[in-house]
Amino acid sequence: MLFSASYFSGNRELRSMSGKPRLTYLNGRGRMETIRWLLAAAGVEFEENFLETREQYEKLIKDGVLMFQQVPLVEIDGMKMVQTRAILSYVAGKYNLYGKDLKERALIDMYVEGITDLMQMILMFPFSPPEAKEKNLHSIKDRATNRYFPVFEKVLKQHGQDFLVGNKFSWADVQLIEAILAVEEKIPAVLSGFPQLQAFKIRMSNMPTIKKFLQPGSPRKPPPDESYVETVLKIFKK
Amino acid sequence: MSGKPKLHYFNGRGRMESIRWLLAAAGVEFEECFLETKDDLTKLQKDGSLLFQQVPMVEIDGMKMAQSRAIGNYIAAKYNLYGKDLKERALIDMYVEAIIDLNELLMTHPFQPADKKEQHFATIVDKATNRYFPVYEKVLKDHGQDFLVGNRFSRADVQLLETILMAEECKPDILAKFPLLQSFKARISNIPTIKKFLQPGSQRKPPLQEKDVPKLMKIFH
Repeated sequence: MLFSASYFSGNRELRSMSGKPRLTYLNGRGRMETIRWLLAAAGVEFEENFLETREQYEKLIKDGVLMFQQVPLVEIDGMKMVQTRAILSYVAGKYNLYGKDLKERALIDMYVEGITDLMQMILMFPFSPPEAKEKNLHSIKDRATNRYFPVFEKVLKQHGQDFLVGNKFSWADVQLIEAILAVEEKIPAVLSGFPQLQAFKIRMSNMPTIKKFLQPGSPRKPPPDESYVETVLKIFKK
Repeated sequence: MSGKPKLHYFNGRGRMESIRWLLAAAGVEFEECFLETKDDLTKLQKDGSLLFQQVPMVEIDGMKMAQSRAIGNYIAAKYNLYGKDLKERALIDMYVEAIIDLNELLMTHPFQPADKKEQHFATIVDKATNRYFPVYEKVLKDHGQDFLVGNRFSRADVQLLETILMAEECKPDILAKFPLLQSFKARISNIPTIKKFLQPGSQRKPPLQEKDVPKLMKIFH
């Protein structure tokens, strides 16, 4: 089914009446969580439209709203944006979280892409078969402590600044704090060899917009549980 | 010391090919340093050249850039292939991210175990012809312009052509139902920098042969 011209004209049912960005996804973290983090960090209020049944999903596809038949979908500034990275880049660009020039952008992109690779392991973890879970958990710990966290520990140590890039809060900082907290949920002592990251975690957690996002009642979603996994499989089964 | 970008990867397409395409399309000459053995990779890891111990790595403008998307973003922006504003960028990003998804399928095909190959091939054809190509066909039809975004050559055009050609290597008549993509392919292939890249002797790499898979596995595993 082709996505229709309603992409640009705006399907009345889906258009956010408040002007706030509108997020369509399951009621869980998945690939939308990083977008929630970034909007929240930027102090942007948003609405959410939760997919609970396959029928809802199929209707979205039939209505031609999902460019590549996939979610996340974020309606923002008259666009129906899809593709997680495209959405994140747009939000970061719009809210000045993307550095001051091409080179700072390049650093932010490199850091964000590395963190995304780590987060991908966490994203897929709930879907691994029971017999593979222990091995996968070990891989997450290994990658976090040997490949990714050392890089950011060193970056912070070398420039001694509060933020990863350009002495200014950026998308990279948001992505890193999200990842730290996500890994800690699985491996509580994971930051034990990383004093800079421990201080970074506290500093970021205390930034007003992030502090608010970390409080109960915010749009932040809980870690995936079995019920979430079931919902994903039910809605997206082939 | 030539000042040209220097690409570090194995002598094949993989995750570096899109970067080669983009540099070539922008008319930028570049050098290549090929990893032949695991030792070559280990050496780069040990001397701290690889941010996350991985390739692709591109030395450009005094940086050792890692992560293929970060590299692609930088080159696109530097050489004005990234649209004129945030919204054009957003469109380009959406189109490119989907192309990357399709590329991922195409790229992993040689690595599929024998008993999964046929199913994987069917998935590639299904996704290309039902999910991805129809979108670009429609984009071109709706605006009637030569290029995907903003009536101007961009990264999205480069990546789409690259993927179309790879998909055709997989199934030669894969564009049969897409007349606008067929003319797009002809048009973009004739852009001078791209035409040059498509000629024999350029730095474009051939498809991965099954016989080369074991050698690759040795370097990266």
